[in-house]
Amino acid sequence: MLFAAALAFIFDPANLLGEKGILPRLMDHLLYTGLSLGAALLVGIPIGLLIGHTGKGKNFVIALTGSFRALPTFGLLLFIILFTGLGLGPLVFVLAILAIPPIIAGAYSGLDSVNRETIDAARAIGMTEWQILGKVEIPLALPLILGGVRSATLQIIATATIAGYVGLTGLGRFLIEGLALHDYTLAFAGAILVAALALVADGILALIQRLVVPHGVSRGMARTTTRSSRRTAPSALTGAPLTEG
Amino acid sequence: MIEFRGVSKQFDDGTLAVDDFSLVIPSHKTVVLVGSSGCGKTTLLRMINRMVDPTSGSILIDDEDIAGLEPVKLRRRIGYVMQNSGLLPHRKVIDNVATVPLLEGVPKRQAYARAMELLDTVGLDRSLANRYPSQLSGGQQQRVGVARGLAVDPNILLMDEPFGAVDPIVRADLQQELIRLQQELGKTVVFVTHDIDEAFLLGDQVVILQVGAQIAQQGTPTEILANPATEFVADFIGAGRGKRRLSVDASVESEGNDLVLVDSAGHAAGVVDAPGGVIANGDSGPKSRSISNKTDQAGDA
Repeated sequence: MLFAAALAFIFDPANLLGEKGILPRLMDHLLYTGLSLGAALLVGIPIGLLIGHTGKGKNFVIALTGSFRALPTFGLLLFIILFTGLGLGPLVFVLAILAIPPIIAGAYSGLDSVNRETIDAARAIGMTEWQILGKVEIPLALPLILGGVRSATLQIIATATIAGYVGLTGLGRFLIEGLALHDYTLAFAGAILVAALALVADGILALIQRLVVPHGVSRGMARTTTRSSRRTAPSALTGAPLTEG
Repeated sequence: MIEFRGVSKQFDDGTLAVDDFSLVIPSHKTVVLVGSSGCGKTTLLRMINRMVDPTSGSILIDDEDIAGLEPVKLRRRIGYVMQNSGLLPHRKVIDNVATVPLLEGVPKRQAYARAMELLDTVGLDRSLANRYPSQLSGGQQQRVGVARGLAVDPNILLMDEPFGAVDPIVRADLQQELIRLQQELGKTVVFVTHDIDEAFLLGDQVVILQVGAQIAQQGTPTEILANPATEFVADFIGAGRGKRRLSVDASVESEGNDLVLVDSAGHAAGVVDAPGGVIANGDSGPKSRSISNKTDQAGDA
């Protein structure tokens, strides 16, 4: 059976290390992913925050993300390699291009989701624009911002398999070699590894996403109901100031 | 003292929200700007802390033109309370109250201690300090909003329909609380509302506005009630509809020492003290509430 054979390949210690082993290729895959994601974050987050904070350039984002998504990544990679030659640079470049739209979209929509009244109040009590961004908008938008990062990461992990076509390695090599040699067990093992990596990365990011939900937002709401039902007569409502000292 | 000198504001879409508005707001008094939606009252309020800059004219605080002041610095010395509290949902009550002092570099311990005192001031239990805004009732949130507005001990407190979104009973409570606070603190309060009863209740001075922030009438509640300047004012304060013209309903048997008052349409509007069936002659001040218009307040929900 193909699936069993592929699993057997993956869990065979003999395939773990060595030049064509799983571990070094996994590490390379992670390296490509990390570099591309880093580059994409460096570009995408500031743009997304700028547009989200000012509310200007919304149409630009929609057009940009739409057209970038339509770009065939592999085609773009081959096109760039024509000019630059093989190497890590072109790969990271095209993967970053792929990842920027979801990151911008996440950052923008995160900021856009923050209640306008909250921002208006923050400004009215004397926060600077940077303070509004850093102390109000980003904390409240963080779950959505990370949502964009999460989908960007998954796209990079999945698409980084093309590295194998342009003289690099990564988990994509198993797919290419397997297809070239008609060794479908090997190809399938490669596919499983990429999928597993994507699932693990997604799981970790999902966990982080839950952890960054600000206290007092959504989770706080759940607590409200239980607390307020226990407090039958909130003294504060009656307006009697506490007499202390 | 806050002074508007020939202030106009035209928004980018061409709306002339404020047209040549002039007004002097005395210190340590509560001035209520009242008018229907879209009359420009909120725009006027937001010009005082430069949330909106006038297209022409100038605004002076203690004879200093605020156009020359840095908006952030100006805002930090003016308290601002808005409808729906505008609290930061991801910060605890205590942090919300202490926000501006902390931005100003006040040491945390000191800022928190002051915030705790302010919770007392606005009638909130100190045990609420570690709650998040979403865990409070609407009325409690507004109190936190007021506490935050007072945190830097500003001379000026701007209040933009602060009690507009709470139920009538809580609103009445908050209004009384504000009257008490103002007696203690004596801030220069500029209060915006569309509720004329609230305006008459809270305002030392009431400014009734028409579209374009045109002053229809300004004066004390008593002056306005006694002599509505125009038909618009009479209508706005309810005098034109007979709502303010009360008479004793003779058909109701007086129970105890109260007589029932009705408006000109015959609807019950309140009761008046009448020991032995005789209405006491008013040596009470204009703000005394010997006529308790309970039905009136409840009806304005």
